[in-house]
Amino acid sequence: MSISKALRTIFVSTIGMALLSACDTVVMSPSGDIAAQQAQLIVWATILMLIVVIPVIVLTLLFAWRYRASNKDATYSPDWDHSTNLELVIWAAPLAIIIALGALTWVSTHQLDPYRPLDRIDEGRPVPEGVEPLIVEVVAMDWKWLFFYPEYGIAAVNQLAAPVDRPIKFKITATTMMNSFYIPALAGQIYAMGGMETQLHAVINEAGSYDGFSANYSGAGFNGMRFKFLGMPEIEFDEWVNKVKTDGDILSRSVYTELAEPSEYNPVQYYREVAPELYDTILNRCVEPGTLCMKDMMKHHGSHKSDAAAPNSANSTAKTHDEGHHAH
Amino acid sequence: MSDLSTLIFGRLSLDSIPFHDPILIATFVVAALGGIALFGALTYYKVWGYLWNEWFTSIDHKRIGVMYMILGLIMLLRGFADAIMMRIHQAMAFGEATGYLPPDHYDQIFTAHGVIMIFFVAMPFVVGLMNYIVPLQIGARDVAFPFLNNLSFWMTSAGAALIMVSLFIGEFAKSGWLAYPPLTGILQSPGVGVDYYIWSLQIAGVGTLLSGINFVVTIVKMRAPGMNMMKMPIFTWTALCTNILIVAAFPVLTAVMTLLSLDRYLDMNFFTNDLGGNAMMYVNLIWIWGHPEVYILILPIFGVFSEIVSTYSGKRLFGYSSMVYATLVITILSYLVWLHHFFTMGSGATVNSFFGITTMIISIPTGAKIFNWLFTMYRGRIQFEVPMLWTIGFMITFVIGGMTGVLLAVPPADFVLHNSLFLIAHFHNVIIGGVVFGTFAAITFWYPKVTGYKLEPFWGKVSFWCWFIGFYLAFMPLYMLGFMGVTRRMSHFDDPSLQIWFQIALGGAVLIGMGIIAFLVQLYVSYKRRDSLRDETGDPWGGRTLEWSTSSPPPKYNFAFTPRVYDLDAWWHMKSNGFKHATDGFMPIHMPKNTAAGMVISGLSAAFGFAMVWHMWLIGGLTFAALMIAIIAHTFNYKRDYYIPAEEVEQVESKRTEVLA
Repeated sequence: MSISKALRTIFVSTIGMALLSACDTVVMSPSGDIAAQQAQLIVWATILMLIVVIPVIVLTLLFAWRYRASNKDATYSPDWDHSTNLELVIWAAPLAIIIALGALTWVSTHQLDPYRPLDRIDEGRPVPEGVEPLIVEVVAMDWKWLFFYPEYGIAAVNQLAAPVDRPIKFKITATTMMNSFYIPALAGQIYAMGGMETQLHAVINEAGSYDGFSANYSGAGFNGMRFKFLGMPEIEFDEWVNKVKTDGDILSRSVYTELAEPSEYNPVQYYREVAPELYDTILNRCVEPGTLCMKDMMKHHGSHKSDAAAPNSANSTAKTHDEGHHAH
Repeated sequence: MSDLSTLIFGRLSLDSIPFHDPILIATFVVAALGGIALFGALTYYKVWGYLWNEWFTSIDHKRIGVMYMILGLIMLLRGFADAIMMRIHQAMAFGEATGYLPPDHYDQIFTAHGVIMIFFVAMPFVVGLMNYIVPLQIGARDVAFPFLNNLSFWMTSAGAALIMVSLFIGEFAKSGWLAYPPLTGILQSPGVGVDYYIWSLQIAGVGTLLSGINFVVTIVKMRAPGMNMMKMPIFTWTALCTNILIVAAFPVLTAVMTLLSLDRYLDMNFFTNDLGGNAMMYVNLIWIWGHPEVYILILPIFGVFSEIVSTYSGKRLFGYSSMVYATLVITILSYLVWLHHFFTMGSGATVNSFFGITTMIISIPTGAKIFNWLFTMYRGRIQFEVPMLWTIGFMITFVIGGMTGVLLAVPPADFVLHNSLFLIAHFHNVIIGGVVFGTFAAITFWYPKVTGYKLEPFWGKVSFWCWFIGFYLAFMPLYMLGFMGVTRRMSHFDDPSLQIWFQIALGGAVLIGMGIIAFLVQLYVSYKRRDSLRDETGDPWGGRTLEWSTSSPPPKYNFAFTPRVYDLDAWWHMKSNGFKHATDGFMPIHMPKNTAAGMVISGLSAAFGFAMVWHMWLIGGLTFAALMIAIIAHTFNYKRDYYIPAEEVEQVESKRTEVLA
């Protein structure tokens, strides 16, 4: 008896410790409002499911013990194989849970859609009127991250900074490989893909230095595709921008072309000046002078060309989508 | 000269042998010595003739089923070797330490592990079980197309062989098990790795597709008289649904692999970034195959557990028709969920919610199944034989895996857990807890049917507990790491606080390895003690379905007389109505004849695949021509059947009558 009691204590305390340490992780206690809502959703969904899962596990063990062959006291009904009422319950119980979870899913998926502009900074604080999101254009390269700040005309490799409590709008694309842009402390991930643009809206609520990385294996240099995301008070962020503007190099098209060569574990690099429309030409795969941009292919060529490019528009910005539409 | 050698050898040269990697060379030496020893032993004991006549060329579904299981077991050892290498590497590679595997080799290992475990372990196990059991359960003498069945097996083996060759000649893909472009395009992966991937899946895929067609026809057309659809044993039902899924899903895999090869071989642009290609098409297509594939694996295992739970509870299965409908619902829904593998690829909220909710709906019939097993145990007399241990281990483990799966089906939750070790823990939770536990349960359950003696239970229990505890030790830390934001496929880590979790996971993997060893010991010990473990009745567990009505092992023709079915539990019904073994009135039995065509065609396919991998255009052309000739030549083979004379049947059956008396 004491052994089983000790085992139970160990079991319960292990589970308890596991749950506690799970709560302490970056995914479950993040520093950005979007990620925080996602963590909350995980908790609620898990609680909902445990309503069925725990009884199933307990009943499995209970029935296995109670109806063991050596227990002759237990009822034995070898031909009992149907009960309409019981079957109703069997189907209805998971159905009820799924209806609740499905509703939660529908609402939260729309609420936390990465394409949806934010309407709050965190619980109880709506986005103040007149505050525009900071736009960051993200390019996943082989194998480093390039971040453009169109508002300031600057760019940086493998370092991302943003002011605390100001919404950020990420526009994300890639040069070759498919990667996934993920800062667990800030918000969920979204893929970065060549010739396409995805978006993510998020906000960081606490200052700090957070891990960011690619969450989709992209070949040899994937392991080193990590960067620090710096959440800073407004003033420090302005200082950071000034630092980039004074220390940085110039990111001309030819410098970019060199940068685009595959490389691993790149150090942080600042650019004080960026060639005009560089991000746009990366997205449209026409950085090299003389190449036709994808958006122009859709404009000027026959229906054949626009069909070939059509799958891109399904996933890209409204802008590209409209252009795809014009071509028809 | 160099033109000639390119024409013959393509891009294959001595440099293609990985001499630089001592791990591979050592593996090769061990494998080669083992191979030579095995070859020598087989020659010494003069068993080649026996193997050739009774096994390799056999078109008997029972023999083919056993060969599938052996293939699965051998590949399990390879796949597990990959797993333990990854676990050791990840437990080491922190901070200054880089681990013992070069990144290049590590990337091949995680790809090979996934490909092998799904295509060449789980698939052969599941197809092998269906091969052995389904014809016996429906009272048939073989499958509908016995030769195709042999061909399917050898095509699967040819695919497996090609993957094994990639270990020592050239390299395997460094892409992850589903080989997403643009990484696998010719620009980013010019080597032979992806080509090995493509051709081994193409060749094995033909085998699987043919097998699917074969079983659909067998189950639809060859059931014993009286066995209408709603009297079909539940395992056969799940097998039917699985094979329907195979027939519908595998052509998609073939097509998407073809498109990828067109990109790689002929510079086309289906999945490239430029010229109108789009990698997302590949991702959609591969998951339109890939998601049903998950159910292809798990459905028959649900059937296995249903058979086991009712047999050892000494009860009819609770809610048979509800089980059948649940299986059908899962079959259909499995086609409506594929997008949940890439919620993070930028689909709109409505699309994501749709696929998230359809995914959750699958948990309703699955939940109903779990409850049905539960209420089959209720008011039963449960015998805790080893298969029942696996079943209870499965029920507990699988609901946890199901729960984490539904969690991942909530798109915003998936955004933070996608591609993390949480995901890895989830699918190992359902595949090990479901498919692997189920396979071991099935092997233990039907082993006496196949060999005539039971498996020795002690080592079975050791194996079960090693697997069960090992699984939790190996994968619960991965769930935790997922919450810590650790992504999959990493070969090195900076954060030292993560290391302890990887070390615990390594301990779990070692325990699982001991479980595999215990299983092999169990096979050996049981063979040694086969006389004391022998079962003469053919029905050691008090079985309920027709496979238990024949002798163990069953005669070539399975049933001297085709049984007539009156009840869902046909054999139970026969037993309770005083069934007597027939003693006269035997007739000659029409049987299909062995053929080497399956081996020849598959061997040529493997050679053709190898030639294509290495761009050996001349040899590729020649082997393709030979392949076509072999296929056509086989159509002219009219000596495909023979009769077992009535006297022989009588002899076999009277021996059985003696034993039973």
